[in-house]
Amino acid sequence: MVFEPVIGLEVHVQLNTVTKIFCSCATRFGSPSNTQTCPVCLGLPGVLPVLNEEVLRKGVSAGLALNATIANYSKFDRKNYFYPDLPKAYQISQYDKPICTNGSIEITVEGKTRQIGITRLHLEEDAGKLIHDERNRERVSMVDLNRAGVPLVEIVSEPDLRSGDEAYEYLQKIKTVMKYIDASDVNMEEGSLRCDVNISVRQKGAQEFGQKVEIKNLNSFKAVRASINYEIERQIASIESGERIRQETRLWDDGKNVTYSMREKEFAHDYRYFPEPDLPPIVLTDEYIQGIRASLPELPDDRKRRFVTQYGLPEYDARVLTSEKGLADYFESAIGAGSDPKRASNWIMSEVLAVTDADHIHECAVDPARLAGLLRLIEEGTISGKIAKTVFQEMLTTGRDAAAIVEEKGLMQISDRGAIEAVIDSVIAANQKSVEDYKGGKEKALKFLIGQIMKETRGAANPAMVQDLLLQKLK
Amino acid sequence: MKQRITLKEGTALLASRKASSREIVTALLERIESLDGSINSFITVQREELLRQAEESDRRRAAGAPLSPCDGIPVAVKDNIITRNVRTTCGSRILEHFVPPFDAAVCRRLAGAGLLLLGKTNMDEFAMGSSTETSFFGPTRNPYDRERVPGGSSGGSAAAVAAAMAPAALGSDTGGSIRQPAAFCGVSGIKPTYGRVSRYGLVAYASSLDQIGTFGATVEDAALLLSLICGGDPGDSTSVERPVDFMPEDLTGELKGMRIGVPEEYFQGVSAEIVERIRERIGRLEKRGAVIVPISLRYTEYAIPVYYLIATAEASSNLARYDGVRYGYRDGEARSLTELYTLSRSRGFGKEIKRRIILGTFSLSSGYYDAYYLKALKGRRLIIDDFRRAFESADVIVAPVTTTTAFKIGEMIDDPLQMYMSDILTISANLAGIPAMSVPAGLSSSGLPVGMQVMGDHFREKVILNVARAIEEDGEPIAPRL
Repeated sequence: MVFEPVIGLEVHVQLNTVTKIFCSCATRFGSPSNTQTCPVCLGLPGVLPVLNEEVLRKGVSAGLALNATIANYSKFDRKNYFYPDLPKAYQISQYDKPICTNGSIEITVEGKTRQIGITRLHLEEDAGKLIHDERNRERVSMVDLNRAGVPLVEIVSEPDLRSGDEAYEYLQKIKTVMKYIDASDVNMEEGSLRCDVNISVRQKGAQEFGQKVEIKNLNSFKAVRASINYEIERQIASIESGERIRQETRLWDDGKNVTYSMREKEFAHDYRYFPEPDLPPIVLTDEYIQGIRASLPELPDDRKRRFVTQYGLPEYDARVLTSEKGLADYFESAIGAGSDPKRASNWIMSEVLAVTDADHIHECAVDPARLAGLLRLIEEGTISGKIAKTVFQEMLTTGRDAAAIVEEKGLMQISDRGAIEAVIDSVIAANQKSVEDYKGGKEKALKFLIGQIMKETRGAANPAMVQDLLLQKLK
Repeated sequence: MKQRITLKEGTALLASRKASSREIVTALLERIESLDGSINSFITVQREELLRQAEESDRRRAAGAPLSPCDGIPVAVKDNIITRNVRTTCGSRILEHFVPPFDAAVCRRLAGAGLLLLGKTNMDEFAMGSSTETSFFGPTRNPYDRERVPGGSSGGSAAAVAAAMAPAALGSDTGGSIRQPAAFCGVSGIKPTYGRVSRYGLVAYASSLDQIGTFGATVEDAALLLSLICGGDPGDSTSVERPVDFMPEDLTGELKGMRIGVPEEYFQGVSAEIVERIRERIGRLEKRGAVIVPISLRYTEYAIPVYYLIATAEASSNLARYDGVRYGYRDGEARSLTELYTLSRSRGFGKEIKRRIILGTFSLSSGYYDAYYLKALKGRRLIIDDFRRAFESADVIVAPVTTTTAFKIGEMIDDPLQMYMSDILTISANLAGIPAMSVPAGLSSSGLPVGMQVMGDHFREKVILNVARAIEEDGEPIAPRL
């Protein structure tokens, strides 16, 4: 039997607003516990939420960037449950009228491009964090409410994903898009992106879904991919051995690389959603939505397509270069400073990305203008591509311009016909034996002579000119 | 000094330097000392702090810089309104020792005008009740007859004003909690339009119905205090800024040509004596030149089920935060998280609270939501439409406030359904969000106050206060014999 996995992801992305969703407390990560709290996010009696307009703006931006429909009318609801990290014992979220629906993103895996549907995107507040510790040999649990009220968007995908690799690419794409529009820092370590997986397998070609299993406790994109791969194998093996898949929540064990069943739920959760009476409905005009659309930067897919058509880059180059907004900006700045697109693309992908991360490229000592300066020296024939790599290393450590380094170290390529001819003449005079060998048909001798000429010029002679002139003289 | 000092009189005394804030405060504290042992209006009075603040006010006035004409007048505040550094109990064991670190928006406004906090008044636990009997701090007694209830849930505020222990007071009204005690205690009480006063710092019972309002010994006082607390607040997204057009000089009692609607539904199941009294008072309004218009509020009978579904649903969520984790009562016997929740809440909340939490939890539960909560929202819409139609033919609506005069303590407490039914005449105004008030219409044959209700369209406080002013002028002032 051939099986097909069906995967949907629920992704929580923390919006990178300066203040929380319903109060003016800071959202900084890593501050001492409970220092970024106020009566509102502590859920003291009598307090009321007030929606942070920046959250609304970033939420709408996120929806637009994911090609979703923005609702003219949406509302907040209360999701009721008891837990010590939830100070009001309800989370303000959106239930039946989310702010965005019906979006999609494009992913490419092994050269195959697919559209992945996004069911909905909604706004909600984060809960606090429990810290478990031991004090005087007693186990204690403490609550840190710095994170309570931090704004989140929950992005729910359609069950369109078919492999761990696709899920991985989907997450990468969400990360790319969120960073492009500056909606989130998307850092899984700091919890600004969290992901739960829903997965089932079915016989290939079947219309109905198999029994779904939820996977939680996923701390990295790699864990998401690995857990899906594991779970696909486990579910297929179960079905093939005649077992039934149970509806359950499983946790990922990053050390053992397995999923395991979470303690069986004692009863199904009934969150008793109802409209949040303390917040008026969110009514957005078309003008407001258009205004945000107009303010969005060019999105990665559009930019990739433009890189192909405008700069004639291969699809692969365009995809790599647009995977981070900063990287694409870096590339275009170099082009703006006069570089040839393909040469710049090659240099960025092979040299620049070898020494810096794409998302820290703005910190690279060789900024786009300096890189363009270096590439110009190659194009003008001042230095060879090989020398340029040495110069690039020097630029990284000193932060200086390529021209200055080349000048100071005498690395200029010799393209002066007279100077090169003088060296050729002296090399021919000193190596008559090799000249004879070449004329006698030994090709190897030519290589030797070129090597001697390059040695005399300490590698600075223009190699193409050396070859041309030497051949003329040997005729 | 006179036994009763109204807000208006106190302001005049201070302006003419016939009395200092300290003298007014001292007189009121003495009156509380001598009377409140038997009435139990106040849960908390911070005597020393109050005197200190009165002296500060006197210094401001002496320096020629009072914050407002009312600077130095103390008012009582219902104990579900958050007061910084003064414990705020909501009449509940679960918040018995809760001292908030912030002030409600209304308290900031009062302080900004130099008014002082006289004390925190008793109430039905979390404002759930119609008699102030469900308070953890014991029942408040009606100043007209101490065997009787003052009404509720703002019974402490109403009784304090009725007994002249407070010049005026703040209360809250979710289903009649200002108007019904105002009627039972013979004072004026107004629930303004939903949104007129910020709810920031009002401990929520039912968020879509709760509204802070005022009590005064006179209509003018209730209006004056309301003018000091109302206005839009960025801290409450449901509040709105509207001009204050109901200052004392706006309230002329002039009714010529005003269309006064009388809904027949509001006279059914009401005691004969109250019906007679209200009709007689309507006659007097007609003599002033008002046009009496019979109207119908035909969905009134659904108000009780609609209200008790919506209010309890919201309450079940609003009161979930009292879990023993961060503040409030935490049961010492708890050995697990679940026990911490169940024991703290079982022992911290009174019976009526738990009854309503269970009702609300049930109606929001999956499988019941559509049949109860959603249906109640539709019913609410019908009641709103009822009023919209009514205000096409009437400028204002008058009716009784209660079906009976103040009942005896213990008479209804074991019959919750009967107690819920007694709210029938007041809850529709909350469901529709319209302003409504109760103004005294004299005493019954047994010497108990009768209240008359005036309701207006959204933000038409001026109209209802003006009609209330006329009703007040049409009768003799009443006061309990103390």
